[in-house]
Amino acid sequence: MNAQTAIPEVKTREMSYAEAIRDAMAIALERDPTVILMGEDIGVYGGAFQVTGDLVERFGTDRVMDTPISELGGAGVAVGAALTGLKPIFEFQFSDFAALAMEQIVNQAAKMRYMLGGEAAVPLVFRMPAGSGTGAAAQHSQSFEAWFGHVPGLKVVQPSTPADAKGLLLAALEDPDPVIIFEHKLLYKMKAQVPEGYYTTPIGKAQIMRPGRDVTIVASAIMVHRALEAAEKLAKDGIDAEVIDLRSVRPIDRDTIIASVRKTGRLLCVYEGVRTLGVGAEISAMIAESEAFDYLDAPILRLGGAEAPIPYNPDLERAAVPQAPAIEAAARQLVRREV
Amino acid sequence: MTMKDKVETAQDNLPFAIRHFSPDALRAALKKMYLIRLFEEGAEDSYTRGLIHGTMHLSIGQEASAVATCMELTDADKITSTHRGHGHCIAKGAEVGRMFAEFFGKETGYCHGRGGSMHIADVKTGNLGANGIVGGGLPIAVGAALTAKRLGRDDVTICFFGDGANNEGAFHEALNMASVWKLPVIFVCENNKYGMSTSIERSTAVRYIADRAVAYSMPGETVDGNDFSAVAEAMHRAIARARAGEGPSLVENLTYRWRGHSKSDRNRYRTKDEIESWMARDPIARFRADLITHGILNDESATALQQAAEADVAQGIEFAKASPAPQITEVTKFVHAEVSA
Repeated sequence: MNAQTAIPEVKTREMSYAEAIRDAMAIALERDPTVILMGEDIGVYGGAFQVTGDLVERFGTDRVMDTPISELGGAGVAVGAALTGLKPIFEFQFSDFAALAMEQIVNQAAKMRYMLGGEAAVPLVFRMPAGSGTGAAAQHSQSFEAWFGHVPGLKVVQPSTPADAKGLLLAALEDPDPVIIFEHKLLYKMKAQVPEGYYTTPIGKAQIMRPGRDVTIVASAIMVHRALEAAEKLAKDGIDAEVIDLRSVRPIDRDTIIASVRKTGRLLCVYEGVRTLGVGAEISAMIAESEAFDYLDAPILRLGGAEAPIPYNPDLERAAVPQAPAIEAAARQLVRREV
Repeated sequence: MTMKDKVETAQDNLPFAIRHFSPDALRAALKKMYLIRLFEEGAEDSYTRGLIHGTMHLSIGQEASAVATCMELTDADKITSTHRGHGHCIAKGAEVGRMFAEFFGKETGYCHGRGGSMHIADVKTGNLGANGIVGGGLPIAVGAALTAKRLGRDDVTICFFGDGANNEGAFHEALNMASVWKLPVIFVCENNKYGMSTSIERSTAVRYIADRAVAYSMPGETVDGNDFSAVAEAMHRAIARARAGEGPSLVENLTYRWRGHSKSDRNRYRTKDEIESWMARDPIARFRADLITHGILNDESATALQQAAEADVAQGIEFAKASPAPQITEVTKFVHAEVSA
């Protein structure tokens, strides 16, 4: 069964991924007076990636707040505001800078409800531009989804399309707990039809982007598009790949992935984070521990980021993360049982 | 000098607390100080008997700071607290029974046994929680103050922190943002001279932590933290400023913890003489003597307050002992909000 985004019969409009996120924030600011945006240079500058854009002109500086360059403090202010009645959407300029705020995200936001025995809530959203491919090198290109996915109390999503970027952000705001959204920088300019108005995309649900019989490719963020590109090539040779957009790292959609692997008997995990101890390891273990194990016709394969920081040189940078030809080759190996 | 001036001068010579608070409020404050002292002693004793596990950080000797700081607060006002936060919790209005229950790991505790001493909180009375991370509460307090300002409420947030936290980046980021945005938050440093074993002289480049306020364009004031009236007076000014929308303040209460940092402390970094000299400045004995001097109570009624606090503590411990433990099947309860099916 195809777990499609719950999109009612409404008008759609072509939008970029960045515009879809801005649209979601504008809708949220209009719907709920307790929603505020916080972040570095999100006001008149419009955000480092022009995601907030003109929102400050529409909603004013009280609701679209430029923060000082204080990631730890800024994140903590968002936690305190969320604890006491606001719903902040906090933008990290780059997800890498969340390393400066790990204390507030991991020790405070994620654990507050639990430590206080359910007597408090931290309903906030951290937006984190992530991923490589922009030539920004080692400190502006990382993929931290496995880091945050390891923390109970957080929810972690990675939209791969404009429609999901909007729907997942609106779902994150509706969630009573902290949600981290990794926005892939290479997707900001990607355009597609996006439903107008308010809707949510459920957190924790993967989406089958391309049904297939021969091999399951579970991919996230930009890797979804590379996997789809690989699947088209594979189709020409009669290999029918099923491409699943993971969408949510925590919680992870066990049912969709297990059902797919039972059907295809082969699993390839593709993700941009460092391969070792990454999201693919979790998915692999999940399959190994599930009823899908008995249906496997080949070992499980993982394609992930290199065991190195993201390099500057463009050829090295491309080589450091999975590309479509590598995905295609790995899928062929699985189908031919050459692993 | 006119007669009228004389009367005002005489009134002004009274300590601030005596002038400013009703006799009932002053008696309640003394009882709360006893309650904190006896709660801490009861917790220590329960720990020794094996009824409490883990560790704890006792605030014996710092009672005036906690109670005087919270004198003018209502339940709508918030506090963020520290790992040495039992006194703050009581000062803000928590019941000692539910606090003991939390320390005993019981379901009836404020955090349903999930938090313990280091996360003790009582959200209903405005205590957003102790914190196991030094400096963790500082930006959170700024966020609480931001909420008040954005929603047009006049409540203030008090951010308790220790001298050790003043060298955390979070301290500097929090004070800067509070000042830039003119938020109704008061940073209250309980300077007890040591961050665990490291003295303020060895850790901190300024003589007084209140001196840091200059860097963030806010008033900074250092007071004798064992003098109830001095703390209450400094807080009165800071709270009035915050409620008037004029922004944050930094108040430094010089005080001392009689016990070690935590249960592992072997007390190798300070002398017996130093500890005894601070015990001689016992904030409770001083406040009690002041209240007797100014006719707010007599020795007998003061002792009655102490006995009432003793009864509360004894009752609290019995409540905790008799309370049920959490279900072990509920390890993951409270990780996320429960979503109704």
